[in-house]
Amino acid sequence: MGDHHHGPAKGLGRWLFTTNHKDIGTMYLWFSFAMFILGGFFAMVIRAELFQPGMQLVEPAFFNQMTTLHGLVMVFGAIMPSFVGLANWMIPMMIGAPDMALPRMNNWSFWILPPTFLLLASTLFMEGGAPAFGWTFYAPLSTTYAPPSVTYFIFSVHVLGLSSIMGSINIIATVMNMRAPGMTYMKMPLFVWTWLITAFLLVAVMPVLAGAVTMMLMDIHFGTSFFSAAGGGDPVLFQHVFWFFGHPEVYIIILPAFGVVSQIIPAFSRKPLFGYDSMVYATASIAFLSFIVWAHHMYTVGMPVAGELFFMYATMLIAVPTGVKVFNWISTMWRGSLSFETPMLFSIGFLVLFTIGGFTGLMLSIAPSDFQYHDSYFVVAHFHYVMVAGAVFSMTAAVYYWLPKWCGRMYNETMGKTHFWISFIGFNLTFFPQHFVGLAGMPRRIPDYSLQFADFNMMSSIGAFIYGASQILFLYNVIATIVSGKPTSEEKVWDGAEGLEWTIPTPAPYHTFETPPKIDPAHAHS
Amino acid sequence: MCFDAKRLLKRALGPVLILMSAAAMAAGGEVNQVNMSPGVTSVGKEIYDLHMWILGICTVIGIGVFGVMFYSIIYHRKSKGAVPATFHESTKVEIAWTVVPFLILIGMAVPATSTLLEIYDNDEAELDVLVTGYQWKWKYEYLNEDGENVSFFSNLRTPQSEIYNTQQKGEHYLLEVDEPLVLPAETKVRFLVTANDVIHSWWVPELAVKKDAVPGFINEAWTRTSVEGVYRGQCAELCGKDHGFMPIVVNVVSKDEYAGWLETKQAEAAQVKELMAQTFTLDELMERGKSVYDRACLACHGANGEGGLGNAIAKSPVATGDLNKHLDIGINGVPGTAMQAFGGQMNDVDMAAVITYQRNAFGNNMGDMVQPIDVFNYKKG
Repeated sequence: MGDHHHGPAKGLGRWLFTTNHKDIGTMYLWFSFAMFILGGFFAMVIRAELFQPGMQLVEPAFFNQMTTLHGLVMVFGAIMPSFVGLANWMIPMMIGAPDMALPRMNNWSFWILPPTFLLLASTLFMEGGAPAFGWTFYAPLSTTYAPPSVTYFIFSVHVLGLSSIMGSINIIATVMNMRAPGMTYMKMPLFVWTWLITAFLLVAVMPVLAGAVTMMLMDIHFGTSFFSAAGGGDPVLFQHVFWFFGHPEVYIIILPAFGVVSQIIPAFSRKPLFGYDSMVYATASIAFLSFIVWAHHMYTVGMPVAGELFFMYATMLIAVPTGVKVFNWISTMWRGSLSFETPMLFSIGFLVLFTIGGFTGLMLSIAPSDFQYHDSYFVVAHFHYVMVAGAVFSMTAAVYYWLPKWCGRMYNETMGKTHFWISFIGFNLTFFPQHFVGLAGMPRRIPDYSLQFADFNMMSSIGAFIYGASQILFLYNVIATIVSGKPTSEEKVWDGAEGLEWTIPTPAPYHTFETPPKIDPAHAHS
Repeated sequence: MCFDAKRLLKRALGPVLILMSAAAMAAGGEVNQVNMSPGVTSVGKEIYDLHMWILGICTVIGIGVFGVMFYSIIYHRKSKGAVPATFHESTKVEIAWTVVPFLILIGMAVPATSTLLEIYDNDEAELDVLVTGYQWKWKYEYLNEDGENVSFFSNLRTPQSEIYNTQQKGEHYLLEVDEPLVLPAETKVRFLVTANDVIHSWWVPELAVKKDAVPGFINEAWTRTSVEGVYRGQCAELCGKDHGFMPIVVNVVSKDEYAGWLETKQAEAAQVKELMAQTFTLDELMERGKSVYDRACLACHGANGEGGLGNAIAKSPVATGDLNKHLDIGINGVPGTAMQAFGGQMNDVDMAAVITYQRNAFGNNMGDMVQPIDVFNYKKG
């Protein structure tokens, strides 16, 4: 106990061997930002190629590698790790715990990520090129017809799954065991709730993904025929297994984002979150429903009509708890005392655009209409409204919201707001026209298109370049804040913010809550 | 606070309004089309109506939800001295906004169910067409009671020079094929959809048909239209390198015209059968070979056999070497390269002609010939 109040170790060792939740959180956040830039670079290649009809910059085969890697890197490298990083930083501070429950595993779950993505990116330089079968890697395009690099891809997915499962177990163990006395479940901040539920989803579905890629590996190298009709298998089986993972995965990405905006909107409305209990129940309902809707990604594969109807009805039901959440956020703002600092702007941006993504999601759930929407740009527009304007906007809001607490310095508000408006305009310019071309009949994942789609595609590309460029402003603002931002030592950086993380000094010391805080039993959730 | 709420309002609602107003003028395949096309079938119309119904409901809800939100953003702001209320729950309101959306969903599910049942009604078709997806082309086989009838492949017709921007792009850039699917109007046509290699998806928006082509399985879909015309679509499932280059063109004609077309195709098929037994002169083979070459080989191997995407034919070791090796490559392709197996796509007469042509054109002057019977025997092993 002698050196109880030690600070971080010096040098590279601090990062390599750290078991500190804040250090690990920081590494996760920086790593995910690096992946965001890499995945964004792939997106820029895609949009540059699609700027005009005709093959312009790259060959079709390389284009497919770009769409595949863009999806994989953004989902598994940028969005998921960014929320794990946020969980690492914030969950112990929100529940009054000194650290994560399993700190050494925490270190390990981070450090296996960078080599894995290095491996995945290195497939670009392998003979036959990188995986080119889309991030959904449908068999047999990803098995019999795949480039040799697919084996490295399979290995990468295994390790990513391992990392996610370790991270999730850690979060579950922390939330269940390390809450400060008096911090009952129904007093936990919503961010903690959404992550707890997300962690359970991850533990449930990551092994299913591992199963899918293992079957691929067997088909490719060991002569089995899981996904080949010629040997008694079924290519559609792959899709069932993949989407049994893939649909919960969608909520794995968005639930922590719900948690973030549920912290930020009350803070800048200066009013408690409306319907806390129903928020928790809605999150749990969404998580449950996510397990029984997977085949709505497969309406055109030739399922029996009874199956189509079941998956359609179940999918439509998700609109109910999702609607509850949107109504709750708006009721939180209603008759509040609103101010519009950057985190709030990104949260409102999230609210508006995620709701639009929710509407198109509802449209897509309607099986007969989906025969026209499926695999068109309408789908691309839909999931970018949910993934980018949903998950990424909320993550950006989180960074602006908690950055002053993390480093004890204020970011530049004008630059933050500029970042928001450029992002907002760039994002909509990119993805709104994609609804149009999708409805008009443009399939997704094509490197070239017919002439009637030219104008909207050019618009989309210009929007994408604007959105991409705005991230440089973000990076600059964050670095400038850390290096030379205006120092602040107020515990409560935002006057309306609630929660234990705002009761500790600013910047957050290396170790917090070494003795558990006292929770006022009369006080409601934060 | 430099926050312009009106601008945000405009930005958020503007696109929705554009979508709504543009919906009225929707039609298929138009430049800058912004909405789904009702197409030319009753199912397409039903899907379109359903689409507009759901979009309409979403728009109304959206206006309500965003209206409340922007009211709050404008009037409940701190800079205007708003004092926060303290309420944070209301069981009544919360029950209402759980139950009402559920009821609205029922209003969506009812028409959706009936349209879906319509889509799945594959019975009593008057014509069956087997559609097979290949990397990267479609094969159409017209089935009749005897099981065999007319069949052909349908390839992208857009030349590489248009794709690689050395030539002006045509009106139907990437949406044109060498041989379209011809269907009779006023006839219920059932598509039996399958694939030869990977999963493809056969999509013609105007006919409201999209069905995955899964290797080893046969899916069913159907269409029926009274509107004659040319309808264009594309493969909708990522199927590899040239996924973007395997369009679908459907030519719906009157029943009479269809019958005439079918007769011509049948006669052609019969003629090919007859030709198979014949022996040709070098000149005959060269003439036929050139037309086959221009159709099937030119895109990759060049107009003068100079090569391009594929190897050069002129003075190539294959075209000036062992005849059996040449036949093997033509019939079985070269696995792992863009050179496809043409054995199943080309009849033996065309194969014999094109091989002969390659060996004697472009300065190759081998002087040898391949007859259809040679191709037939080679295939038999």
